[in-house]
Amino acid sequence: MKIYVPLDSAALSLGANDVADAIVAHAKDNNLDVTVIRNGTRGMIWLEPLVEIETDQGRVGYGAVEASDVPALLDGTLDSLGLVEDLPWMKGQTRLTFQRCGVIDPLDLADYEAHGGLAGLRNAIAMTPAGIVEDVTASGLRGRGGAGFPTGIKWNTVLGAKADQKYIVCNADEGDSGTFADRMIMEGDPFTLIEGMIIAGLAVEATKGYVYLRSEYPDAIDMMEKAVVLARGAGILGADVLGSGRAFDMEIRVGAGAYVCGEETSLLNSLEGKRGVVRAKPPLPALEGFLGKPTVVNNVISLATVPVVLEKGAQHYADFGLGRSKGTIPIQIAGNVKFGGLYETAFGMPLGELVDTVAGGTLSGAPVKAVQVGGPLGAYMPRDKFDTPFGYEEFDGQGGLIGHAGLVVFDDATNMLGMARFAMEFCAVESCGKCTPCRIGAVRGVETIDRIGKGDADAIPLLEDLCETMKDGSLCALGGFTPYPVLSALHNFPDDFATQKEAAE
Amino acid sequence: MADAQTTETMTTILAQHVGLEGPLLPILHAVQAELGFIPGDVVQMIADHLNITRAEVHGVITFYHDFRNAPAGKHIVKICRAEACQAVGANALSERAFEKLGVDWHGTTANGAVTLEPVYCLGLCACGPAAMVDGKVVGRVDHAKLDKILAEAGA
Repeated sequence: MKIYVPLDSAALSLGANDVADAIVAHAKDNNLDVTVIRNGTRGMIWLEPLVEIETDQGRVGYGAVEASDVPALLDGTLDSLGLVEDLPWMKGQTRLTFQRCGVIDPLDLADYEAHGGLAGLRNAIAMTPAGIVEDVTASGLRGRGGAGFPTGIKWNTVLGAKADQKYIVCNADEGDSGTFADRMIMEGDPFTLIEGMIIAGLAVEATKGYVYLRSEYPDAIDMMEKAVVLARGAGILGADVLGSGRAFDMEIRVGAGAYVCGEETSLLNSLEGKRGVVRAKPPLPALEGFLGKPTVVNNVISLATVPVVLEKGAQHYADFGLGRSKGTIPIQIAGNVKFGGLYETAFGMPLGELVDTVAGGTLSGAPVKAVQVGGPLGAYMPRDKFDTPFGYEEFDGQGGLIGHAGLVVFDDATNMLGMARFAMEFCAVESCGKCTPCRIGAVRGVETIDRIGKGDADAIPLLEDLCETMKDGSLCALGGFTPYPVLSALHNFPDDFATQKEAAE
Repeated sequence: MADAQTTETMTTILAQHVGLEGPLLPILHAVQAELGFIPGDVVQMIADHLNITRAEVHGVITFYHDFRNAPAGKHIVKICRAEACQAVGANALSERAFEKLGVDWHGTTANGAVTLEPVYCLGLCACGPAAMVDGKVVGRVDHAKLDKILAEAGA
């Protein structure tokens, strides 16, 4: 009997190792023939640990399983969820980037290949660098880290740059609250990211790659390091990638707890061993990046999506989506929700459908008050903006951003003045200190919001003015986008700011 | 001057990182993993080895939240403060930790058992509030779970 128990850190945090140990122990005591396979997560975090048993019909799910459920699980008396593939959460999705996540053993290369892995790389090897760049451009893939810059155009700049050494740098500094897609794919299907980085290397003629992975993800670091060793051993990484005669190798580098290092230029400084201070642009990292050499800096999901584009074709990918937001987006549903997890779907689903239907509303059962989309620098969306379709331009038009596609849902007990204050406080803690609007502005922002909280109405225009200065004058998105959560809280939920005033009077 | 044992440890660590591009962060992580913190007297050794100034090494150590220049408690408990965890009660959880431990963020209990650190996102946003105990993740931390974690850590 084959039994799958996830090793994703969300599952681990809910006791998956205890469940796996209990299965092994119980099987031994009762002489049952059981093989436990540790897979990634399917993304249904409310069901974790989600145990699956392979049957002739397919994989049957049980969740959330506790160690004490194991005897019932193994003698067939535990209530099942039915076939995992048939669950509404799974059926509603279009899984391209995450096609293998939760399905395979993340470190089993044969399983990876049996599920379509390496097909994209093999296609890429047969193409010219310009041909690969052309395909990625045609797919419409845009940077999934948040900026939404077309990946193919960035690659083309690096391809055109002349240098003795070029680099592929993967930004795995996924610091935005409410996002965990990078972590999930690195823990659940690490070879996809490695394959994507090799394809990027072939496309721009770079031979060396780095994954800059945040230290808050020890399980992902461990998984990626193991996967790199295995890929090197199998000749996928190294001097002769799959016998192509072309070289590409990579290293995993660990961050050190600075949120700002998710910004590409401060990430490059950090990778070079410096303070993670933001660099002024130009020069673009594509021309002068890591150690001054032309460098592709892409988010994990952008790179992990490249293999499926090369496997199934640019047009196949571009056929999904809405307007200029092509393909699929792994939406991460988090915070106060009934059903939290990762839901990969074509761009275009309205925010309200995601919150009310897919996420099932709040866990607390209280009405939804606000949804912060795109991490700590994203806007708080009120219910009257719930018809906004999930797309880059669509959210921009509503004064928001999709960022790394994380949704954090809050119920009506939330005080939005408190959330605005937290946004400023976070910016003050994490500012790299290079530019004044961010370094000083965030501190003044906290003070100004405290004045509003004490009933000083004169501080409201001051806060708006400060936010304008931060937006226009900051070097990077940390100072530049902190006004999004602050102003959206102020404008969409004025009662939370006014009530405080009345209370003080 | 560092003592003989620290010098030997440093010699080994520095030798392991020869040839890396941008070796400073990996070196600092290795030092902290080995010694528990980054003692002041190894800064000059790192600077000499990399041919950079002592000020540059100091600047890097102090920039990043992870690096500490003094030993932490026996166990490090990190509680997520970020928005997704706040949406499910992280603030009340932190308050309880302050109360139970008698310390604020970055503080160490009087008996040296626990250092309390804030963390901004562990990627467990769909099963918050989240915490991490010595590198091990814990999800859906309610007050009872927190009490258990702190008791096990000897606070």
